[in-house]
Amino acid sequence: MTALALQQYLDFAYIVAVVLFVLSLKLLNSPASAHWGVLAGEIGAALAVAATLFNPELVQYRWILIALIVGAGVGIPLGLVHMTAVPQRTAVSHALGALSAALIGIAEYYVGTAPVTRFQMGEIALEVIIGSLTFTGSLIAAGKLQEVLPQRPIVYRGQNIVSLSVLAGALGLAVALVVNPAHALLFPIMVIVALIFGVLLVTPIGGADMPTVISLLNSYAGFSAALLGFVLNSKVLVVAGALDGSSGFILSLIMCKAMNRSFSNVMFGAFGQVQVSAAGAKEERVVRSATPEEAAAILAAANKVVIVPGYGMAVAQAQHKVRELYDALTKKGIEVRFAIHPVAGRMPGHMNVLLAEADIPYDRMIEMDEINGDFPQTDVALVIGANDVTNPAARTDQSSPIFGMPILDVDKAHTVMVIKRGMSPGFAGIDNPLYYSDRTLMLFGDAKQFVGAIVRELGGGH
Amino acid sequence: MPADFISNLYVFILAGFVGFEVIKRVSPLLHTPLMSLTNALDAIVVVAAIIIAGRHETRLTTVLGAVAVAASFSNMVGGFLITDRMLRMFKSRSKKS
Repeated sequence: MTALALQQYLDFAYIVAVVLFVLSLKLLNSPASAHWGVLAGEIGAALAVAATLFNPELVQYRWILIALIVGAGVGIPLGLVHMTAVPQRTAVSHALGALSAALIGIAEYYVGTAPVTRFQMGEIALEVIIGSLTFTGSLIAAGKLQEVLPQRPIVYRGQNIVSLSVLAGALGLAVALVVNPAHALLFPIMVIVALIFGVLLVTPIGGADMPTVISLLNSYAGFSAALLGFVLNSKVLVVAGALDGSSGFILSLIMCKAMNRSFSNVMFGAFGQVQVSAAGAKEERVVRSATPEEAAAILAAANKVVIVPGYGMAVAQAQHKVRELYDALTKKGIEVRFAIHPVAGRMPGHMNVLLAEADIPYDRMIEMDEINGDFPQTDVALVIGANDVTNPAARTDQSSPIFGMPILDVDKAHTVMVIKRGMSPGFAGIDNPLYYSDRTLMLFGDAKQFVGAIVRELGGGH
Repeated sequence: MPADFISNLYVFILAGFVGFEVIKRVSPLLHTPLMSLTNALDAIVVVAAIIIAGRHETRLTTVLGAVAVAASFSNMVGGFLITDRMLRMFKSRSKKS
């Protein structure tokens, strides 16, 4: 076989891979067909990798094989993490994707077989900047999600000016390289400045904004791969990168809409600074609390129950106890559904994965827009570790920092029960009038223990 | 502007539209597996890394390529594995015994 004919076979394999990638995402439309989507993606990826190993440009396989073995050795544990660690795993995965895209771009600059044209230099510089900042930004996000780094926004005066100057510095170096690609010394400096910008970009962002940030980093990682496709003239990378990039972009838009905030507000308007005034005007207000026995009696008397899970459920790892509660109530003929706010938890779909892990059927998990109309006919809304997404101030109080954010209308249910550790305000530091409503009962305690105690009262526990 | 750039731009724009149309239909129920699956697909940059590592041009590019192979291949293996695990957990009531 001549080299040219072989190259055509390889291109054909890549085309098949691309078709399988699109099919893979299409099959993800419904939970019933979704696992076929994974299979399609796996076949496409395996085909592309196998075809690449036949590329006649390859002269030495030793390092490839070692790297593939190391990659599998790192990847398998990353694929087996516990479901509660999925947000930080996802951030690590964005970091690895961006790292490889950046490294390939850097290698391409140093390959030096053909002199780099200005146009290629521009492509490489942009690709390497996006890849580098996504790498460090994702690592910071992973650190915050793993709570190695503080989840609170870290802010200081003039932060945005400093961050934007660093970005301008990286772009300025890129322009200087385009003007004269031979300025080899500028290239590593540009990489370092871009790495620093990634750190500065994510450090000020708080944990509650992680669903947006993780989606945005997803999008950057995808677009850096697509840009790499431009640099290397590889259509398979352009397509895969465009798919990943548009996926991250759509998710970011959904997350921003669910928080009623703009991209720039998330990136540059660190939450948690504006709420100081709200805390000052605090008055003594009465809160009613209840014991597990009382809560169980109210639940047992209900016909329709809606459970609202939030990040607190994930932290307490209460999802399995929640499943026992679901079983105990369902056994009594009570209709139990779960109301999922798009930004509940730390990444898009976070609550659904945790509930699915606990074996709760997915047709019981209802999106915000679908379930909101049902709250007035709901006997009990049980809020477990969710706060801001249930705050009625978002509907009524124009001075509230979350005014305008779409919320779950739990306050319209006949009785609201909120499981919470104490009266401390939520992540964003915003007081929640829901807790002082005369329909609301506060259930103070750890989510896992409290739900467990309710289940025992209902006679369903172990 | 090089001709390659123009043809890649066509592909990029069309793939972006296809992605937008396909992904917009994915249920919010599956947004976490969507993210891990797109990460696994994005790890296809491993093919570019393999070529850089295997061309063996300079020591620096071989090292950069090999690290990139390891990083992206771990993403590919881990991404497919965890997506599959997650999707197996999603069961409807009728299928639940």
